Amino acid sequence: MQVMTDLFARIFGDGLSPVGLLVAGGLTMALIMALVMASCAIVFTWAERKVAGFIQSRYGPMRVGRWHGVLQPVADMVKILGKEDIVPRDADKPLFLLAPFVIFIGSLMAWAAIPFAPGFIAADLDLGLFYIFAVSSAATIGILMAGWASNNKWSLYGAARGAAQAVSYEIPLALACIPVVMITGSLNMNDIVVAQQGGIWRWHFLHDPFLFVAFLLYFVASIAEVNRGPFDLPETESELVAGYHTEYTGMRFAFFFLAEYANLFLVSCVATAVFLGGWQPLFGPVFLPGLVFVIKAVLLVLLQMWLRWTLPRLRVDQLMHVCWKVMVPLALVCVLGAGIWMLATGQAG
Amino acid sequence: MSGDLVFYGFALLTVLSGFFVVASRNVVHAAFSLLFTLFGVAGLYAQLGADFLAVTQTVVYIGGILVLVVFAVMMTRIPRSDAPRRGLDRAVPAAILALLSFALIYMVIVGARWPERATGAPEATVAEIGTGLMTRFVFPFEYASLVLLAAMVGAAILIRERAPQEDDGGDDGDATEVQP
Repeated sequence: MQVMTDLFARIFGDGLSPVGLLVAGGLTMALIMALVMASCAIVFTWAERKVAGFIQSRYGPMRVGRWHGVLQPVADMVKILGKEDIVPRDADKPLFLLAPFVIFIGSLMAWAAIPFAPGFIAADLDLGLFYIFAVSSAATIGILMAGWASNNKWSLYGAARGAAQAVSYEIPLALACIPVVMITGSLNMNDIVVAQQGGIWRWHFLHDPFLFVAFLLYFVASIAEVNRGPFDLPETESELVAGYHTEYTGMRFAFFFLAEYANLFLVSCVATAVFLGGWQPLFGPVFLPGLVFVIKAVLLVLLQMWLRWTLPRLRVDQLMHVCWKVMVPLALVCVLGAGIWMLATGQAG
Repeated sequence: MSGDLVFYGFALLTVLSGFFVVASRNVVHAAFSLLFTLFGVAGLYAQLGADFLAVTQTVVYIGGILVLVVFAVMMTRIPRSDAPRRGLDRAVPAAILALLSFALIYMVIVGARWPERATGAPEATVAEIGTGLMTRFVFPFEYASLVLLAAMVGAAILIRERAPQEDDGGDDGDATEVQP
């Protein structure tokens, strides 16, 4: 946000009071983040269909926009905007109308603490990492709200699964990040990235064996956290129609879609910043930091898509088993192991 | 000045949604409006410079306890919201209790000696809280963990009692059954 307030200060000179600068900078940053979310949805829906097509030996969208159907998302967007906004007769109307926005805002708030480049961060919070986990947990309420308000048993099943899954996988997700916090001694996202300066060998996921395992745990838990395959039980189209957003149409459905793809990119951005060196390049001096950051995050997103279209879906009991009996204990071992490693190599303060 | 505006914004959000929690006749609506109450309180903490408290409030109350409350409310039988209102037989004791708790809180607020400090940008609180938890408050911290552990074991035992019969008759066999 500092970047934006500086920019406004330069444009308007003394015309804006500090409060005005803060408000203007904040609003611009929020707008940029909303645009980032929207472009996630646009780019990744196309990418997902191409990846799925590639894995299933077919083409995917090919017609709209001449080259490999690049304009397909635009056509989809126009279509979705033109759809009728339906509220089921027996739905709980106020909650039904509110739910998409709760989910969207929960996601948008988390974007505030993502460090895209040196200084380019909407809110440089001391508690950045903790804050991201906190506000993204608020989206769970939105899922429950949508499932309940739809007054449809499939929606409610989907919502209950989604909430249970999100609440469970939050734990290994956060635990996997703790070793990194121990090493950096900070929850500030900027500090975490700066601590990984100096090439790939300084990135946190190669810091020690425990951190490598922690990175894998984070990656698996993050797929589950955004409810995607092979952990897409809340949406299982073969059993639940489409899960908690079954009853939504048009723009409201688009908000769910937007939040899903934005969250997909968000967890990849957090993984990039925490484990993969953030904007730091593979070697050499910092070069086009924003681009480096986005490339790393997009590669992680593509990896998640690859897994989604390759692996079969888990059962509910397997899902809970993997989380509570495998990943949580492993994450705790990682925390302990990283601590011992720090003591043994003399890094502990 | 702008700080005041932020304060009144969050305070209004907290009080209004808090009122709705109590006044709503639909128990699910009441549970969901707690979201805004808790969020408003987190905002007030943040505005007071207690950033760690604000984020913890969000994680624990919105991400954890509220989800639990909503689950519990959704899974139980929901009273019809158009049922006739009860008489005043419960309103009077409730009002007395509310007044008494308000008096208690008021006395605490007025009687407390608030340490004053210079205003300015609030400093980071995490490191201090972490050090405090690991040194001066390590025993209270561990006691709280013990209480939570006991609650968890208790909950597990409550569920466990019926589990063996279900396991015998269940057809949710292991994945090993389906070998090619």
